[in-house]
Amino acid sequence: MTPLKNIRNFSIVAHIDHGKSTLADRLIQNTGALDTREMKEQVLDSMDIERERGITIKAQTVRLEYNAADGEHYVLNLIDTPGHVDFAYEVNRSLAACEGSLLVVDASQGVEAQTLANVYQAIEVDHEIVPVLNKIDLPAADVDRVKQQIEDVIGLDASDAVEISAKTGLGIEKVLEAIVTRLPPPEGDPDAPLKAMLVDSWYDAYLGVVVLVRVIDGKIRKGQKVRMMATKATYELDRVGVFTPKLVDLGELGPGEIGFITASIKEVADTNVGDTITDDKKPCAQALPGFRPAQPVVFCGLFPVDANDFEDLRAAMGRLRLNDASFSYEMETSAALGFGFRCGFLGLLHLEIIQERLSREFDLDLVATAPSVVYEIGMTDGTMLELHNPADMPDPVKVDHINEPWIKATILTPDDYLGAILKLCQERRGIQTDLSYVGSRALVQYDLPLNEVVFDFYDRLKSVSKGYASFDYQISDYREGDLVRMSILVNGEPVDALSILVHRSQAEYRGRAMCEKLKELIPQHLFQIPIQAAIGGKVIARETIRALRKDVTAKCYGGDATRKRKLLEAQKKGKKKMRQFGKVEIPQEAFIKALKMDG
Amino acid sequence: MFEMARGGDNAFGVYVHWPFCAAKCPYCDFNSHVHRGAFDEEDFVTAYETEIATLAERLPNRTVASVFFGGGTPSLMAPKSVERILAAIQRHWQMDNRVEITLEANPTSVEADRFRGYRAAGVNRVSLGVQSLDPDALAALGRLHTVGEAVAAVRLAQSIFERSSFDLIYARPHQTLEAWEYELTEALALAAGHLSLYQLTIEQGTRYFDLYEAGKLIMPDPDLSADFYELTQELTAKTGLPAYEISNHARPGQESRHNLVYWRYGEYAGIGPGAHGRLLIDGVRHATVDEKMPFPWAERVKARGHGMTLDDALNQEEQGDEYLVMGLRLAEGISPERYRALSGRTLRDEQIAELTGIGFLSQLPNGNLRVTDKGFPVLDAVVADLAA
Ligand SMILES: Nc1nc2c(ncn2[C@@H]2O[C@H](COP(=O)(O)OP(=O)(O)O)[C@@H](O)[C@H]2O)c(=O)[nH]1
Ligand SMILES: C[S@@+](CC[C@H](N)C(=O)[O-])C[C@H]1O[C@@H](n2cnc3c(N)ncnc32)[C@H](O)[C@@H]1O
Ligand code: SF4
Ligand SMILES: [Mg+2]
Repeated sequence: MTPLKNIRNFSIVAHIDHGKSTLADRLIQNTGALDTREMKEQVLDSMDIERERGITIKAQTVRLEYNAADGEHYVLNLIDTPGHVDFAYEVNRSLAACEGSLLVVDASQGVEAQTLANVYQAIEVDHEIVPVLNKIDLPAADVDRVKQQIEDVIGLDASDAVEISAKTGLGIEKVLEAIVTRLPPPEGDPDAPLKAMLVDSWYDAYLGVVVLVRVIDGKIRKGQKVRMMATKATYELDRVGVFTPKLVDLGELGPGEIGFITASIKEVADTNVGDTITDDKKPCAQALPGFRPAQPVVFCGLFPVDANDFEDLRAAMGRLRLNDASFSYEMETSAALGFGFRCGFLGLLHLEIIQERLSREFDLDLVATAPSVVYEIGMTDGTMLELHNPADMPDPVKVDHINEPWIKATILTPDDYLGAILKLCQERRGIQTDLSYVGSRALVQYDLPLNEVVFDFYDRLKSVSKGYASFDYQISDYREGDLVRMSILVNGEPVDALSILVHRSQAEYRGRAMCEKLKELIPQHLFQIPIQAAIGGKVIARETIRALRKDVTAKCYGGDATRKRKLLEAQKKGKKKMRQFGKVEIPQEAFIKALKMDG
Repeated sequence: MFEMARGGDNAFGVYVHWPFCAAKCPYCDFNSHVHRGAFDEEDFVTAYETEIATLAERLPNRTVASVFFGGGTPSLMAPKSVERILAAIQRHWQMDNRVEITLEANPTSVEADRFRGYRAAGVNRVSLGVQSLDPDALAALGRLHTVGEAVAAVRLAQSIFERSSFDLIYARPHQTLEAWEYELTEALALAAGHLSLYQLTIEQGTRYFDLYEAGKLIMPDPDLSADFYELTQELTAKTGLPAYEISNHARPGQESRHNLVYWRYGEYAGIGPGAHGRLLIDGVRHATVDEKMPFPWAERVKARGHGMTLDDALNQEEQGDEYLVMGLRLAEGISPERYRALSGRTLRDEQIAELTGIGFLSQLPNGNLRVTDKGFPVLDAVVADLAA
């Protein structure tokens, strides 16, 4: 057990690519936790996808031992938090496990949207914050300008900002000293009953479910019988220890310490982030505040391209859920797409990650339907329904009103693109709440319906700002909206997988865009195919795919039989990739692409 | 209307490929080569004799219903070579007493001079590659003959052979419907009993393909191309030369028996470089292909007795697919029972009903299914629907 005054718990907040992982690596290396041979770049991002995309999905911790200039020996616990708003709750809990943060800002880029969003989260949990200016080795680094930004935009004193290059190692010692001298030690009572926070958990093939904990009061010990206060489950602890980042068994953790525990916990879903862990026999009086179960905010249908893969898909989802309790799925049948699953995600990135893992790690070809948010349907009888799938929309006469989720969006952009971005937000029913300047860049705050954001907002933002705008958001509240269900009819038949809820003011525009897209995506058939967008019985947009007029090989003799047969085989294979809808064959990609609008 | 047994299994044809041409046409992807320098034709023909002997051993007791000399340009062959090859065929197999022996000829005056020699060698039908009756179009197609030469060659052929045909290529870049109507009317006046009318196809690996990809060759769009096809059907039917196949027209009884063997999915042996065959051996259908390059082919034949580089037994699905692909090109259609026997599956009733409902398929009094005249322009899509 380490004395409280010699412990510092901290995390690093930064915009993507500003150098968080590189700095973490340097800290690990400088304190000698790993030798050079053991250092892989970016030690903490351990999943393949995380490594590739440079994002962290699970919180990770590393315990560093540091002999400071004051002659004392310190234990520094670094928590690497998930770096994306989709995981905002997980981030909040990870941050709550620390007393301070290093705010890393790229000195050549300056403050970005994520810098703001992340630092506000740290301020929200009362962190002491040490600004760190990274990449000062770059010729474009402008330390004074960025310091000024930090003071103007965030309101932090940046005069003592630590200037470093995580890449060259310059200034790392100063960072370690700042952690010790400027961040407060944790508080806690070693003699009180055990009270620890469940920070995160994951599944490890060797260890089973590994739970990351921050001890608040008391001690957590190997062999101890503990209780999770939210789930009320009890476990006898098998192992108690820390990561350095190598796993080290300690047998015991005291107040202020961060480490891991294992027990015979079957799946990650049994452990809730933010739950309070206490002693089964001598429980603490009160659970920690702020606990809430994971809430999916975006849903989409996932269907196997090949119907025979359905069981494999079910198994794969089960495997993923083992390690990711925030992802949910339940069986769904679609007239257009057959058997599949309706899946819930914390956000769009989460959705993308799961989809990618299913296809990459499990080798499954999937069709995903358009993402939809969770609507609250106020029924005329006074009850409230949660709608995860537009296809399940109840009879409109029984619906009194519909509420939709809104977000608070932060966009930071070079001035040149401001006009286009304001127009985009306006088109998406945005309400501007703030507009200010950070140097030459505009900082815009908007309230936006999430519904408008899941629908290709990122892509459009990227394209109107040539990639220069940065964007971040937080779910804020539910608001009533004039929403209607728009159905798409192909050859007179409604295609369930293409129906969406839209704001009445957007319906015609969206309907027209979808019909035009489908006209490009559905190949010509032997007959003419009308494509219609309709609200209730009323058609609001219409396109027609003309019948095929010419498709025949002019010459075909004895030498051509083989070639023609192979062509036919390819055509038959292609048809298997289509979904039969009435008499019409719709390519699977149409279900995804129909909802994307470009240019 | 057709003299041959309906079940295509009994008919047997021999295809002989002659791989040389005087020049390569820019639109052509046939296995044709321009040879330079000395060429020992007598020696080369010996390879044909050898391959015929070898194949005959594998295919005993056949009666040859037709022989087809295709190319390349078989009219570059010495009549003596044609005679030797026909003699070899006759030595090894029984000849049907009404055997059709066709030779593909290019209509230059030099080649026309050899017509009598071919007749003497046993050829009783020629098919002439006229391609166009418009001088500018002929030049654009890179042909070595004039319109005058071509017309003279057609007339000469009609006077020498019992049956003859010629080919035209239409739906060419810049061609108008009016111009084609004029040209086709002329052609119909010139034609005897048979005419092949092909829409120009851009084939990979040709000069036209490169030009087309580079945007320098503007092909008619699908609508215009469909209009060309309709006009062609109208004019030929009115003149008594209706289509019996997508691109082939004949006065009833004047159909090419040889090509019917292909479309009725009968049995044919392929002799010569790049020739394909479909052989029925012990009830199993084999797809064969010979080495494409002329001299390596001859070497191969010398060494092994045959030039085949591929001899694949086809499974039921493959046979069913080939039967549909070939058979539905014919106005006489396909027999659903034969399809079932070949493929081991039946055509789906609801698919047939749907295609019939929109007028692309019809059932003939003899039970055959045919693609209608309305369906012919979109045949490939209809076949894909039926096969799926
Ligand atoms: N020149 C320079 N590049 C750096 C420095 N720190 C990080 N980088 C580079 O910036 C990129 C993003 O760094 P990373 O640590 O992955 O950023 P993260 O997304 O915040 O974790 C990588 O290519 C790093 O090599 C630095 O001090 N100087
Ligand atoms: C084996 S080919 C050539 C026969 C002969 N060597 C000649 O050129 O006259 C048979 C016929 O196919 C047709 N043909 C060849 N290439 C074509 C193409 N790319 N598109 C349409 N028809 C073509 C021509 O009408 C040609 O006469
Ligand atoms: S079209 Fe005829 S002459 Fe021209 S290259 Fe082809 S086969 Fe030879
Ligand atoms: Mg990183």
